[in-house]
Amino acid sequence: MGNETASIRKEMERLSDEYKRFVGRKISFIVASVLLIFITAGVSVTLGPYDISFIDAYSIIFQGMHDIIFRFHNIYAFIQFLDENYMVKEWVIWQQRLPPIVMGVIAGISLGIAGAEMQGILRNPLASPYTLGISSAAVFGAALAIIINLSIVRAADERFLIVVNAFFFAILSSSLIYGISKMKNATPETMILAGIAITYLFMALTQLLKYFAPAEEVKETVVWSFGALSANWSEILISFVIVLPCVPVLMLKVWDLNVMSAGDEVAKSLGVDVERTRQLCFFLSSFLTAGTVCFTGPISFIGLVSPHICRMVIGADNRFLVPASGLFGAALLIAADTVAKIVISPVIIPVGIITAFMGVPLFLYLILRRSREYW
Amino acid sequence: MVKLRIKDVEFSYGSNPVLEGVSFDVNDGEILGIIGPNGAGKSTLLRCMNRILKVRKGVIMIDGRNISDFSRIELARIMGYVPQSTHQIFPNTVFDTILMGRRPHLGWKCGEIDIKKVLETIEMLNIVDLAMRDITELSGGQQQKVFIARALAQEPEVLILDEPTSNLDIKHQLEVMNIISKIVKERGITAVMAVHDLNLASRYVDRIIMMHAGKIFAVGNPSDVLTEENIRKVYGVEAIVGEHDGRPFILPIRPADTGTHDS
Repeated sequence: MGNETASIRKEMERLSDEYKRFVGRKISFIVASVLLIFITAGVSVTLGPYDISFIDAYSIIFQGMHDIIFRFHNIYAFIQFLDENYMVKEWVIWQQRLPPIVMGVIAGISLGIAGAEMQGILRNPLASPYTLGISSAAVFGAALAIIINLSIVRAADERFLIVVNAFFFAILSSSLIYGISKMKNATPETMILAGIAITYLFMALTQLLKYFAPAEEVKETVVWSFGALSANWSEILISFVIVLPCVPVLMLKVWDLNVMSAGDEVAKSLGVDVERTRQLCFFLSSFLTAGTVCFTGPISFIGLVSPHICRMVIGADNRFLVPASGLFGAALLIAADTVAKIVISPVIIPVGIITAFMGVPLFLYLILRRSREYW
Repeated sequence: MVKLRIKDVEFSYGSNPVLEGVSFDVNDGEILGIIGPNGAGKSTLLRCMNRILKVRKGVIMIDGRNISDFSRIELARIMGYVPQSTHQIFPNTVFDTILMGRRPHLGWKCGEIDIKKVLETIEMLNIVDLAMRDITELSGGQQQKVFIARALAQEPEVLILDEPTSNLDIKHQLEVMNIISKIVKERGITAVMAVHDLNLASRYVDRIIMMHAGKIFAVGNPSDVLTEENIRKVYGVEAIVGEHDGRPFILPIRPADTGTHDS
């Protein structure tokens, strides 16, 4: 009898250790994703007609960060300084190569997190940040600006009009879904069906615009809808400010998201206000997505595939899955951007196209070698 | 002592009344079984008791306090729920599934104490070998044990179970019912469960509530409720009721010709 209790105790200790290792593996994956971002960014920053080494690039970046914070207090003053003093290497990095990379990190994190959240709250493995109509609404907003120069603000700069419109319509479509889910029950089914309806509405509106538009502008709209990481520092700052407050709130809700995976009834019985949590997480992820999609265009695939890849590696616990999906999404996106720059250099292929080319083989590989039934 | 008091409870889906004037008490530390044919309102009643559904009329009180005065999380600390079956979309380990039961007690961080409670529950249900496996690859009986474990990790005073043995073979049915009656005694908790199998109900529960078309048809201990006449009236089935060890057992013979049942 004493022997038996001792052996049970041993079993339990072994299990406890195994669980700790299991958690440790997840944390390692997150750390590895961060490293991957820095390495890929470092490689990407060395690529281009002007030759700069990896080490050089990082020392220029760190020196620049130091100067911006302590000397200039302003990135534009810093870049002007580089320009006036003919510091070409520094100028190339800070003005040309770094902005798309930083935008890529922000967009990747946003799309990765929003994707994991959407799959969680909708309990649907096919969900992505765009499932509920955001991308088609943003494209419509952009098309309005490009084709008939119509915007909710007045400005001469077309790029600015596109950004404002895309953001506005992305938020408008999410608000519509939010409103519908408030009137009916906020079940995944209601939200997905409403999302499909909204998607078709905005697609039809965009098609209508394109039908009457000259070929040039149609092409511009189409190219915008591929998604690209062009951005300047002010745009980066704005999207950073939009993204920043959403992430901690979403991280606070990861437990509820975990519990909701067991079904609404069980989640309620475990004390979760299911409908409110679903609406809150949906709205914040939409905000995240809108905050980057308006600058980059709808970069597809990252938001669908990054959560899946991470889930296959570290499991479905959202405490780790949500941050991992964001960080891995960022790494994947800037890796794709790097490839986009070199594949038929000097032409830069839109990153949205490359993400699919790179993500699909990785995704298929993981699907084929997985040992367990997935969904 | 009365643990739960259900008083004049009514519920309807749209204009379809599902529960009408349901009143009964659940005593502290007993296992109460709810039986009745499909559509009698068993699951609805359980969901009302757990406030997954909101009653239209009437009150449900736990320790003398109306459950609508509780916040959801307060209620979750007192009441655990084991669903009939759930469809898990994304794979998840058994350990993490049971850890969900700690949700009402933890802040954001899950501490040593929560891990310890999960380990205790795993030990109690003797499922150490399953702990790191994926819930989606377990058999129905094993899954049911995990769902019970999750509700136990919640440390509730009242356990609500919706047909915990449906879809299980006889051996697993007995195993699951044994676990439930053992923990009810060991932890001094109260259990209310919907049961489909009359013999299983008779064998394991202290008292039975027999429901018919949204109303309570009979209440009492198994030998009072499980009579040939009640079974004919409620289920529309001719059956022979025997007795073994002081508990009735039921042998169904054929559907009754002129049933008052509605189906």
